[in-house]
Amino acid sequence: MRQKKNLWWLPAIALFGFFPMWVSNPSYMAIAVLTLLYMACATSWNMFSGYSGYVALGSGVFYGVGAYTMALASTHWHMAPGAGMFWLVPLGGLAASAVALPIGWAALRVRRHTFVVITIATLFIFQNAAFNFSFTGGSAGIALPFIQWNASYYNVPFYYVALGILIFITVVSAVVRRSRFGLQLLAIRDDEDRALGLGVKVAAVKRAGFTMSAFTIGMAGAVYAMFLGQIYPQFAFDPFFDISIALMAFLGGLGTLTGPLLGALILEASQQYFTVSYPYLYLFLYGALFLIVIMFMPQGVVVFLRDRVTKKAEREKAAVASNEAAVAGVAS
Amino acid sequence: MTTLLSAQNVSKSFGGVKALVDCSLDVEQGSITGLIGPNGSGKTTLFNVITGYVKPDAGTVTFEGNDITNARPNVVFERGIGRTFQLTRIFGRISVLENMLVATQRDESWLRGLTRSKSSKAEVASAMEWLDFVGIARLADLEAGALSYGQRKLLELAYVLVADPDVILLDEPAGGVNLTLINQVAEKIRTLNKSGKTFLIVEHNMEFVMNLCTWVSVMHQGTNLVSGEPAAVRSNPLVLDAYLGGGDDDEVVEAVNG
Repeated sequence: MRQKKNLWWLPAIALFGFFPMWVSNPSYMAIAVLTLLYMACATSWNMFSGYSGYVALGSGVFYGVGAYTMALASTHWHMAPGAGMFWLVPLGGLAASAVALPIGWAALRVRRHTFVVITIATLFIFQNAAFNFSFTGGSAGIALPFIQWNASYYNVPFYYVALGILIFITVVSAVVRRSRFGLQLLAIRDDEDRALGLGVKVAAVKRAGFTMSAFTIGMAGAVYAMFLGQIYPQFAFDPFFDISIALMAFLGGLGTLTGPLLGALILEASQQYFTVSYPYLYLFLYGALFLIVIMFMPQGVVVFLRDRVTKKAEREKAAVASNEAAVAGVAS
Repeated sequence: MTTLLSAQNVSKSFGGVKALVDCSLDVEQGSITGLIGPNGSGKTTLFNVITGYVKPDAGTVTFEGNDITNARPNVVFERGIGRTFQLTRIFGRISVLENMLVATQRDESWLRGLTRSKSSKAEVASAMEWLDFVGIARLADLEAGALSYGQRKLLELAYVLVADPDVILLDEPAGGVNLTLINQVAEKIRTLNKSGKTFLIVEHNMEFVMNLCTWVSVMHQGTNLVSGEPAAVRSNPLVLDAYLGGGDDDEVVEAVNG
């Protein structure tokens, strides 16, 4: 097969890498941190749900488990407030994956709509648990060790850690997309029973994909908790988070590599910006953006643009061909 | 001749409907066995039981002397039984070549699948070879959903073949396909059979079955009514009675008699 050399990631990394040097406004930097976290989560979500077609709407569980892991571990171990707490981020990911194992084992026995409903239910089970268990601090939440960084500098470490996580998951998602494992996920999306009949171990592949996807979302949750410095059940286990990352992937292009990145970049950044700049209008603007995409690009922005480019190339090819035919006609 | 694949006394009910009743079928090594019978006689259910998609209520399925009753479809496939479906089932949103590659990995763990690329050079070469064999190699890069009905049938045959199964179960390979393509498919099956592949074929096209098959079994109301050489089966009064509803439909009788 022909492999196009895709180098879009080079300028993208440069742009994101230098961003904090151009933008010093802390409120914009805070938006940037959250945007990067959402981009990572949407990409991770897409790596399972986008590729396999199993739309999970309970990924807030993994985000929340990551957040609570960070909060509980840093307070119980009396960690010094500061950059050292970043070492707990992978632990948040591992905890999320550990939780994903039994959830996946149970939920992935059913298909499509039933799966969606079960994943939604798991989120509320976890949110309820966080409200009611004593070790989670109940509705009062948990205050993390207070990091006393200068306000103008505070966002920068979070920004680069979030960027690191984003690069990590983008590479993983690209590797999965090109691997045999990724092909099996796509086959499951198109016809699971047929894939089973061609020797694909669908149950193991689905569980592995689901658990892997939880890891990065858990890491992002851990960074989120540390970033805010205080977590509550309703914000750690947030139904809006589930819907957001799914919408981001849909908006950008479900099952594509760049789609969720673009979707999260557009949605999260615009949502945060609209909220701050147009507090009375932002829901209208947000809604209008959705309508435009759903009406004109139902398969997502990336697929829409890609089709435009290939169609243009085909038109040009056709034009050349008909020109040649005309010339040949004249010649004969 | 040795029996390669065998179903013994298989029964299966769906609610009150008895799809299979004490049904037995033997497929000889190297044969092209035809399975005919009216709609609803249990042919596809028997296929589903053999390939692990449906669990039988009673009875056993053996392959190469080993019991494979209740084995999962992926295990049955790994053992060397490939099948196609009556309504073709392909992976519509990946390319034709990728469709082929899904089938090339027998018995591989997910972790191994994660650490290797989609395909080795050898796998692509073998996939292209089989696509060429069925005549759709030029469509390899196309999204499979864009294929026509006939091309889908060919792709389905090709991706079953790429895994090199010992026995191939075809569910209506000639259904809804034009005459040229039917002859082409029959020719491919003969070629493969000569190279040692065993076939079990469900088909309504009598000409196709009678010309191609070396052995024919007739299903009726969930059980194997009669088995034999095509010529013997064709003239069996039981078959005429069961399959053709008393033989009062002249057109069909003619079709059977050729």
